[in-house]
Parts: sequence; C-alpha cells; structure tokens
Amino acid sequence: MANEKKPNRVGVFICHCGTNIAGVIPIDQLREYAMTLPNVVHADNYTYMCSTPGQEKIKTAIKEHNLDAVVVAACSPRLHEPTFRKASAAGGLNPFIFEMANIREQSSWIHMKEPERATEKAKDIVRMSVARASLLEPLDTKYIPVEKAIMVIGAGVAGIQAALEIADSGITTYLIEKDPSIGGNMSRLDKTFPTLDCSQCILTPKMVDVDRHPNIKTLTYTEVDKVDGYIGNFTVTVRRKARGVKEAECNGCGDCAAVCPVTKGNEFDLGLGPRKAIYVPFPQAVPLKYTIDFDSCIKCDLCVKKCGDKNAIDLNMKDELVEIKVGTIIVATGFDLYEIEKKEEWGYGRYDNVITGLQFERLINASGPTGGKLIRPSDGQKPHNVAFVLCAGSRDQDANPYCSRVCCMYSLKHAHQIMEKMPGTIPYLFYMDIRAFGKAYEEFYYRIQDEGAKFVRGRVSYIEEDPVTKNCIVHAEDTLLGTPVTLDADMVVLASAIVPKETTELLRNKLTISRSPDKFLLEAHPKLNPFSTSTDAIFLAGCCQGPKDIPDTVAQAAGAAAAAQVPINQGKVALEPIAAKVNDDLCSGCGVCGSLCPYKAITLSEIGEGHRRASVNDAMCKGCGTCGAACPAKAITMQHFKNEQIRAQIAALFTPVGGA
Amino acid sequence: MADEFEPKILGILCNWCTYAGSDLAGTSRIQYPPNVRVIRVMCTGRIDPAFVMEAFSLGADAVLISGCHIGDCHYIAGNYKARRRIALTRKVIEQFGIDPRRLKMTFVSASEGALWAEVVKDMVNTIKKLGPTPVQKKVDLHAAGGHAAAGADEDLAEIAKASAGKKLEAAPVQKK
Repeated sequence: MANEKKPNRVGVFICHCGTNIAGVIPIDQLREYAMTLPNVVHADNYTYMCSTPGQEKIKTAIKEHNLDAVVVAACSPRLHEPTFRKASAAGGLNPFIFEMANIREQSSWIHMKEPERATEKAKDIVRMSVARASLLEPLDTKYIPVEKAIMVIGAGVAGIQAALEIADSGITTYLIEKDPSIGGNMSRLDKTFPTLDCSQCILTPKMVDVDRHPNIKTLTYTEVDKVDGYIGNFTVTVRRKARGVKEAECNGCGDCAAVCPVTKGNEFDLGLGPRKAIYVPFPQAVPLKYTIDFDSCIKCDLCVKKCGDKNAIDLNMKDELVEIKVGTIIVATGFDLYEIEKKEEWGYGRYDNVITGLQFERLINASGPTGGKLIRPSDGQKPHNVAFVLCAGSRDQDANPYCSRVCCMYSLKHAHQIMEKMPGTIPYLFYMDIRAFGKAYEEFYYRIQDEGAKFVRGRVSYIEEDPVTKNCIVHAEDTLLGTPVTLDADMVVLASAIVPKETTELLRNKLTISRSPDKFLLEAHPKLNPFSTSTDAIFLAGCCQGPKDIPDTVAQAAGAAAAAQVPINQGKVALEPIAAKVNDDLCSGCGVCGSLCPYKAITLSEIGEGHRRASVNDAMCKGCGTCGAACPAKAITMQHFKNEQIRAQIAALFTPVGGA
Repeated sequence: MADEFEPKILGILCNWCTYAGSDLAGTSRIQYPPNVRVIRVMCTGRIDPAFVMEAFSLGADAVLISGCHIGDCHYIAGNYKARRRIALTRKVIEQFGIDPRRLKMTFVSASEGALWAEVVKDMVNTIKKLGPTPVQKKVDLHAAGGHAAAGADEDLAEIAKASAGKKLEAAPVQKK
C-alpha cells in the first residue's frame, strides 16, 4: 500500500439534477473551473448523472481518458455514493477511489436565493473533493458469513406478523417479549375499526401459530440485556426474567392462582380488574404458563403445595442470561399511552369517571374485568351519556405535536359500541378534526353520524367533577357555533396520545439506532425505506417507528420481515473496508488506542520483552476513527479517512487554486 | 453591495447524525448562510485536534464541529471523546490568541435539519461580530500545486509554529 502511486488523473462529473442544481449553479462555469484544478484531466456534466446514460459517461471516460480517480459533484454521498462506486468499478477502477462532492444538499438547495455564493461554495466543495480524491487508496471489500437467524424484539401484532413471515420462509426466528404473554396492545382491544372484527378473534390464531411454529423460538418474560456485533453477526444477550414457574412443567391449569392469597390490580386490564401474585395476564395468553410477580409474592408456599407432583413452581428461580446469535434484528416494541394525567385540566387520576380509551376497551371487552359491561368506575352504574375527548395529548404543543392517527377512528368505534350495546346512551365526541384517512374509514365516520352520535367541534378546556354524583362537567367551546358549551357527562373517555414505549429508549442505546425528535425510532428514509434504520441489519416495525393503525403496522411488519431476510438469503454480506490499520514500524505499544476503542477491536500483543504492539481486528472495527485521532505517533490510520486525506480537504478549502 | 465580512468556516460533521441532519436541511430547502464548508467523517471521534489547528493556521475564521447527541453516538462514545478534545483545543487556541468562540462543538441529530440551519446562522453571526481571523494568511506552507497537505505530515507543533508568531501580534484586543 505504501508505494502505490497516488491518483493523478481525476475525472470530475457534474450533475444538473434536473434543475435542482443547474437552476442555481451555472454548470458550465463549474465544469470549466473543475478543469483548472490540479490533477483533473477530464470534466463533464449531464442532466442526471445517476441515470444509466450518466453512469455510462463515467464508465467510458475512465477508459478514454485513462482516469484513475472519479469525483461526482451531485447529491449527498448518503444517497448515491453506492451508485457511483458501482459505476466506477464497472469502469475498472477500485470503487473506493471515488469521492462525492455534495453540491445539492450542501449548496444549491440551501442557498437558492444567493446563486453567486452558492456557486462559490460549490467550487470550494469540488476543489476539496478533488484534493481528497487525489489521495484516496484502493481498498478491498471483505465478505463475512451471515448467521441464519433473525431476532424480533417485541411480540405485539407487528412482532408476531414479522416472526410468522420470516419463520414461514424457513429461517429460525427468536421472538422476544418482555411481558409474560405475547399479543401486545392489540390483545387488549375489543373490536377493531372500521370492520368491527373482534380483535382477539383475529389475533389469537396468529398467537397460536407462533406458539406452534417449528421455526419460532418464543422467549416471553425476557428482555434484551446487551447487543454486540454487526450486520450478519449479532450476539444478543437476553435476560430471561425469573418467572417462578418452569415453563416446561406448567400445564396452565390455574390451581396455583386459585389458592394464592395475594390480589393485585392486573396490568393487562390497566388496573381495572384483579389478578393474583401468580397469574396469567389474560385467558388466551400464549404461552399459557403462569408467572409469579415476585414483587408482591409473600412466599407462603401455598401454590407450591397445590402444584404438588407437577413440581412446576420454583420460588427461588433467578434471572438467567442467554446469548443468542442472529444475523438481523427487527425492533417492534410498540407504544405506551401518553401519561394523560399530565393534562391536569381533564382530571384523569383524580376523577373516578375519567378513563382512557384503552381502559374503555377493557371495560367493553367481553373477556374484560366487567364481562363487557360498560360501567362507571365510581358506582358501577350504567352511564347515560359519555363524553369523548379526542386529540387528548396529540396535536398539542404542550404534550405531543403529532397526530396519533388512531384516536379519531377508535373513538368513533367506541361511540358505535355504546349505541349498539346500550340503546339510549348518547356518545358526545369533542373533536378538532375527524381524520378518517384509511380504506373505508370515512364511510365508517358517516355511519356513526347516522347512528346518532353527537359531534362537538372544539377542544375540551377543563372538566369538573360533581362531588355528589361524581358526574363530569365538561367545558368546551363549540367552534362551529362560536359559543361555550357545558355537558353534564356520566363518564369521560380521553383518547390519549400514542407515545413510544418507555423501555424503547434503553433498547435504542443498546442497538445504537437513532430516534426522531418525537422520540419514535428513526427510519432510514421516511418514504423509500420506512422499515430500515441507519444501522445495517436493524429494522423497524409498528408503532415504535411512529403511530399506526393495525393495517399499517402489519404491512410494515411484513416489509421489515422481507428486508431482514435479504442478508440471510444472500448468505454473506460485504463489510465496508473502512477500518483502522496499524503501522507496525511506528507503533510504540503505548495502548492509548486500545483504551479508547468502543468495540475492543484493538489488542496489544507482546512482540519481545517489554515491547508491545497494537493490532486491529478488522471484523470488530466499525471504522469510527477515534483511535486514529488520538495516536501520538500517528501509527494508526483510519483507512479512507486518513490524516492526509482530511488535511488535503482542509488545505484545499483555504488555499484556492489560482491565487486568492 | 457593501463589502461585508463573510467569514469562512470549516465544518467537520459526523456521517450519521449531523451530516444526515444537514442533508435533511437541504432536502427541506431550509435556507441558511453559505459560509460553512463541510468535511464528512464517520464519527466526530475521528477529529484530530491537529485538523482544527491546521484550519486556523490556514486562515479559517472559525471551525464548527458537530456530531450526534451525547448518548446517541453511532459508535457508542466517539462524541464524548470529541467533546473533551474540542474543549481542550479551545483552551489551546486561546493560548495562540484565537478567540475560543471561533471553535464550537454542537450536537445535531439526523432529524434536526432546522436545528443545523440555526446552528450555522448563530455561528456566522458570532463570527461576523468577532471579525476576521487574527491569523494572517501568508503561510505558504505547501506551495506545490495548491494541494498543500498532499505530502505534508508535519506534526501539530510544526503547523502551530508556522503561524503562531503572527497570530500573537496580529491579535489586537482578543479579550478573555
């Protein structure tokens, strides 16, 4: 590598990008300028460099002009670097002797109103890129084998769908769920809009399929502890929380729960119904294995005695760490409801008869704590009118600025359920706009209007409780009439916003994936790649990426499943050869690099008495370059981001060609 | 148009957060001053303080480093290291008579295009108030072909020496 000749026949290709670049920057001027730069022997331009004829231009020019480096001045390298690397490789060059000058995102688009200065900047950018290209070195792409297994984190409907798709194609799937049962939030719902399918009826078959599938290994009551590795070769350490019940022995008979003396609010029912300290969260739980809540268990041993010879209960069980090797990972951690008690004006948590939409689902659900009877929590009576507060915590600058996308529709559905189950009870919907965007959603909205639900356009300003009747006095402005309105409601349902699950943040740090300002996980591209992350081989499905209804969640999950299988089916993945390299002659073995490396990719080996030398494990090095920046002897170099390459860019910026 | 001072600022951005964020600013057509020229590195941890010194020695009016938010580094902890290095480098440039406000590190995520535009606007305003760099650009470090650093691997001290003398006398009233 040391003696290789530096590129000195650089070709510069300037893209018009339609009018995206050419509309601001005079291409001819830029091309002529490029020709004056050192080492540049050829400069050309084309309407769309990324098109086939554009790439063809690069290929032919490499041969005709005997180019040994290519610079394309166009969009962001994050967008088209791979395209043009392929084009230069097709022309016979090493794909790494290629540099992109980003004159679109970094110039023409952001300085549209100052074309002259944008052009100056574009010239600087091209000059810096040429300087860097003249110092690039050929690198070899390495291929590594891929572990033929996929992990899906979160077993709500997104995780279940993804796991089934993957497993059906014959790939081992690990489905990780932190709760005792799979099913997620969808298993809490009663009916689903707009078709009014029973949620459990359409979900349970899938849950059972998961349980039975030979390729799916479901690990419930399990959390991700640590993630190591990279595309194709992740090692995920999961914590199997102490369940207190041996899954292999428990047959789900429930004798233990019958004798358990401890009663607690069931989280699955959002505290509306009871459970024992040894419990299954709901009757259709998969797997149907009991779980001991050790925080409330008093270790009275009654359940152990009752279980008897089956011997399924172990009160001394400890958490267990298990290492799992997978090639790709899908994150499907779902959502929580926004803590609506923060909106104090609506009194959730203070007034008995103010509940959330999800609590409503449990109350109206036949398998819920009331057997499907909607009652007021304060006195168990049937409500005669129910107020719904839409956009509760959504589209609200004090809470969440975004639209949660499902609240309009499920509130309409709630209204329908009330009118169907309890004729005479009137639902009042306080809304800002009804967003009925999906297939057959708008029709559903009309149907609910026709059925007699009352709509009041206006946000509820505050709610008071009548201390005697426990009724809720709802104050709002009817913005269509322009008058304040007051409603004496028996019950209020807040359509609380969707927020990412609290634990997602911890997981996100373990996986080193990004989030958007709204705290949902960030997709690689909002339109063209909504299920990938910027980290290779980690994919997203469902509400962890943004609020979604069930059809969208299932669609995204299937997409993520397909994408996650690609590296598995390819069998090997290319590693970017951007890794640190040690110059043995310069290394004094001080070890500064090793202590900085976040991946423990650098080891010091003895090469004689008292002499040590650093060496880098290529597969473990991710190419951040932290070591190279710190090496006092400059013995470690970051390939493709070498000191002289970066310094050439800096120098080129401040020493314009041709004087100045 | 009056000959207003237009600072020339070097930006060194990490690939995963701020470079992506600045791309987003572009895609969203957010308009901001064209004073910053960007170098992309994979991680702010890659940034050798020598790069910063070199830029100042060559006449940069300011250097802007930006990476992922603390805790969000794509490489776990590169931005922590960069933050420390930049904090120290600020002290070093101050010793050379360069106002430490000319070197700044910010944290802008891939989804914060608008924030990146604000960061640049702020920086440009600050530097406009501070005026041009006190470093006089006569340092004909590497005449050959304009590609200065091509063969250059002088170490930090060397570069600093080349311009240090000038800086100190040229820095008029750089107050603490």
